[in-house]
Amino acid sequence: MELLKKYPKLFQWLFLLAVFFALCFAIDVPETYKFIRGQAEFVKDPNQSAFVFLGKEVRYYAFDVFWRLPPLLGWLPIWINDSLFFLMNDWMPMEFWNEDTQEYKTRPLVLQITRNLTAFMTFLIELIREILLGGLETIVAFTSWDWIDANPWAELPGLPWTIVAAGSAILAYKLGGKGLALYALLSMTYISIFGQWKPSMQTLSFILVAAPLSFIFGLGLGVAAYKSKRVEKALYPILLVMQTMPQYAVLVPALVLFGVGDHAAVIITMIVAVPPMILLTLLGLRAVPPEVIEAGRMSGCSNWQLMSKVLIPTARRDILIGVNQVIMVCFSMAVISAFIGAKGLGFNLLLALNQLNIGLALEAGLCISLIAILLDKMSLAWANKQVDYFGNLNFFQRNKNSLFFGVIVIVGILLAYFGSIYFKDGYNYLFEVPHNKGISTADFWNKGVDWIFDTFFVYIKAFNTWLIVDVLQPMRALYLRMPAVATLVLVVGAGYLIGGVRSALVVCGLTLFIALSPWWDRALVTTYMATFGVLVSCTIGFTVGTLCFQNKHSTNFMLNVCDIFQTFPSFVYLIPVMMLFGITDTSVLIAVIVYATIPATRYTIEGLRSVPAGLHDAATMSGVTKFQRLFKIEFPLAFPHMMLGLNQTIVFALFMVIIGAFIGTEDLGQYILKALSDKKGAGIGLTLGICVAFIGLIFDNLIRTWVGQRKKHLGID
Amino acid sequence: MSEPVIKCQSVYKIFGANAERMLKEANGNVDAKTFQENGCIVGVNNASFEVSKGEMLVVMGLSGSGKSTLLRCISRLTDATGGKIFIEGQDLLNLNNKELIDLRRNKMGMVFQSFALLPHKTVLENIAFPLQIKGIKTEDSINKAMDMVKLVGLDGRENYFPRELSGGQQQRVGIARSLAVEPDIWFLDEPFSALDPLIRKEMQDEFLRLQEKLQKTIMFITHDFDEALKLADRIAIMKDGIIEQLDTPANIVLNPATEYVRKFTEEVPREKVLLIKDVMDEITSDDMGDIKVSKDEIIENVAEKILTQEKTVAVTDGKNNIVGSINPAKIINTVFGGRKNNH
Repeated sequence: MELLKKYPKLFQWLFLLAVFFALCFAIDVPETYKFIRGQAEFVKDPNQSAFVFLGKEVRYYAFDVFWRLPPLLGWLPIWINDSLFFLMNDWMPMEFWNEDTQEYKTRPLVLQITRNLTAFMTFLIELIREILLGGLETIVAFTSWDWIDANPWAELPGLPWTIVAAGSAILAYKLGGKGLALYALLSMTYISIFGQWKPSMQTLSFILVAAPLSFIFGLGLGVAAYKSKRVEKALYPILLVMQTMPQYAVLVPALVLFGVGDHAAVIITMIVAVPPMILLTLLGLRAVPPEVIEAGRMSGCSNWQLMSKVLIPTARRDILIGVNQVIMVCFSMAVISAFIGAKGLGFNLLLALNQLNIGLALEAGLCISLIAILLDKMSLAWANKQVDYFGNLNFFQRNKNSLFFGVIVIVGILLAYFGSIYFKDGYNYLFEVPHNKGISTADFWNKGVDWIFDTFFVYIKAFNTWLIVDVLQPMRALYLRMPAVATLVLVVGAGYLIGGVRSALVVCGLTLFIALSPWWDRALVTTYMATFGVLVSCTIGFTVGTLCFQNKHSTNFMLNVCDIFQTFPSFVYLIPVMMLFGITDTSVLIAVIVYATIPATRYTIEGLRSVPAGLHDAATMSGVTKFQRLFKIEFPLAFPHMMLGLNQTIVFALFMVIIGAFIGTEDLGQYILKALSDKKGAGIGLTLGICVAFIGLIFDNLIRTWVGQRKKHLGID
Repeated sequence: MSEPVIKCQSVYKIFGANAERMLKEANGNVDAKTFQENGCIVGVNNASFEVSKGEMLVVMGLSGSGKSTLLRCISRLTDATGGKIFIEGQDLLNLNNKELIDLRRNKMGMVFQSFALLPHKTVLENIAFPLQIKGIKTEDSINKAMDMVKLVGLDGRENYFPRELSGGQQQRVGIARSLAVEPDIWFLDEPFSALDPLIRKEMQDEFLRLQEKLQKTIMFITHDFDEALKLADRIAIMKDGIIEQLDTPANIVLNPATEYVRKFTEEVPREKVLLIKDVMDEITSDDMGDIKVSKDEIIENVAEKILTQEKTVAVTDGKNNIVGSINPAKIINTVFGGRKNNH
């Protein structure tokens, strides 16, 4: 009784666990329940039951409701799908003037809008692409095909790679100095020499459209949310779901709305990249001290000036993190959107992965990462640039960069011209090194992989088998063994114990949605993979973070490493693991672990860093040892921050698990991938995405509530 | 006398949802307690005063007394709930947005407690900021800002960022920025409160030097009574949104109007605050020694001179005319005497 009074929370938790296990044992596995494979709703199975909703047949397995809840939401994907098709094909038909056929045509409104949007996006992408690579679509857009036939000289020739490489180096020099310039030059040269020029420039043109547009929309909406409570309230739930929604899931509905190609990819990228930008803009603007705003007002700022010259620049730190996020998302989408026909490096990467040509995939992945890091560093340097008012420069000094670029252009053109004479019959290597004609290290890597595989095959295989048979499969079986009701009780109980009735209700709603969807078992598998990944990532991340924190240099080194790793598009992580472990669950899980370790490590270090220096000194003066200090002072205080790291780790892990479907897993991701190739997949894809988002949000809600209380308790902000 | 630069007529500022309706119903009789019970907080309660050209009014009060709120009403960073405010005869509360911006761009400057510098701009850019907002060319604004940098003694640091400066230096930037547009009216909201005592004293002296040169109309907010005495032409002491007393420093020290004000004055070293003219007798007698003191001297500076005399000492004005007299007993009485009713 004494104990019970002393630790009431502990006993509440124990009670909850007891109820959970009691339910688990009390509810038997139904005899007809065969794991997962039998549940595919595309197969007609005599054990299935069916109900009709909105004229559609929804089929499901009629298990005991305690074991698995009936899929009452089974109609939702069908309904979403039908509504989308109705919107696109039948809703509000109107007369539109058709330029090509010179007559009015009847078209549904939404279709017309989306087609115009895509045409605009296509134009932007083509414009940049043709400046970099040459082509005639842009000229045609302003004139006509007939005109271009009559004037063949008007085709954009494209820039020789020498000019683009030197140009980017000059720009990098102007923004960030010698180091950045060298980096720009080397990576551009690398891309060219290794024959990745064309796909790289295609990807770049896609990013140069998607990233600025996402930035502008994100900033604009963030400002709108800052100015108006109503806008914020309307945006907030969408932002929350979008943050945990796997990028895959958005592909399918976008496919229906915008079709296939680069333009659709840009729009999807914006859908994914804008929410974090909005959130960070809002966060930054909120943190601007009121006195700074007053100072701006007293300087006589109009509302516009106040926003553009005071608020946004002052909130710059957070907004820059937003820009970094946007660039990251853009690059990872550059790969993912290859699924819906975006050209460029991503397409090559997917192709190479499909053919299991690890070497090629590695090269393409490296190019993506190089460009990603370059753009990230350049945008950062641009934002931090300082103006020199007293340089007292002459004309040459002031314009040396532009002049230099002019010279480069001339030299580049001359080089390309000489190249066209020198390389008479083959390819003009001074203009563009064609794809597959550059140096390729693919063979080397492939041989390396083969060698590793041959040499260590036994060990890898043994490890693989052990992990799958002894760890993963039992874990998966345990997860699937949970009756739906028991899971519900556990989750809702945890919500109640952590955040009271409110939290319990939110969590209950989220869980019910998943439980009532037809994919509960899949969701359990996704959760199991994510759980495994998170457990290992957190162990590694917390350990590495704590170890690195002992020394200032290693701390900075580790943070830099995290920065660089975070810039890699998520797909790139699949390459090395596939090299080693082939197409197995192990590959996916290791990719998950590597990817999710980044936030775990980063937040551990930042959490430990946030412990006030005064406490350090106080602890040292009370004569604690290093370990005592770590366990009695630093960990308890850094813990809330580290838990936010856990939150990020979960989101990252879920993302990677879903992407892992590409390798072949049997979870929600697999169905999302399936929905991509299904004509009626839009509703399914979206609903699945929401399911994954909700898994993330359940943990998000619990952790955030707990952290909030803990922080209040500890008196840290 | 010309029109006062700032004129307030029963200004009220009440926070809360039904502030305006409640103020109307209260009919000029605002009681903080009843308002609070109805979910409103009284920030400024019936403030009426005038500030004339070149005068420095210091508003003194502890935190929560409404002094900053009063200042924000007059700069219209918040809108007053009731009353009238005139800036150089213009009705401030009736200005539209454009006129208000115009007024701030040309007539007003403000210094903030936490400096409120823009972190992404250098010292020079911060100071040039109000000029650039006005639409002045970059080159001119930078040149003007450079003059201001010199005025506040920050030469050589113009390309530093605020985060690279000490608190005192940052506030110098804040001061320079507020003066860059050469405003007539200068608002200072606890400008030295965030600084160390030594730096604070240095900044106060610097501030007095600047004011001597510039002769702005000033509203200065502080919670430091000594600072108020040192700087002010007149002091307004606020408590719970009400101006308890508004008078010259000498009169406040000598005749505190309320018990609250008296508490502040008790510890004040009077010889350092009062001038001879504040305590002299305006009668002249023939029985005076040869020693003369100026009426504008601080008592401390001439106390020794007077106390060593046996006779009454003559007090002169600037033109060396005798305008009054003071005897040693009076000095002793002022400095050491009972804290009540010196006159």
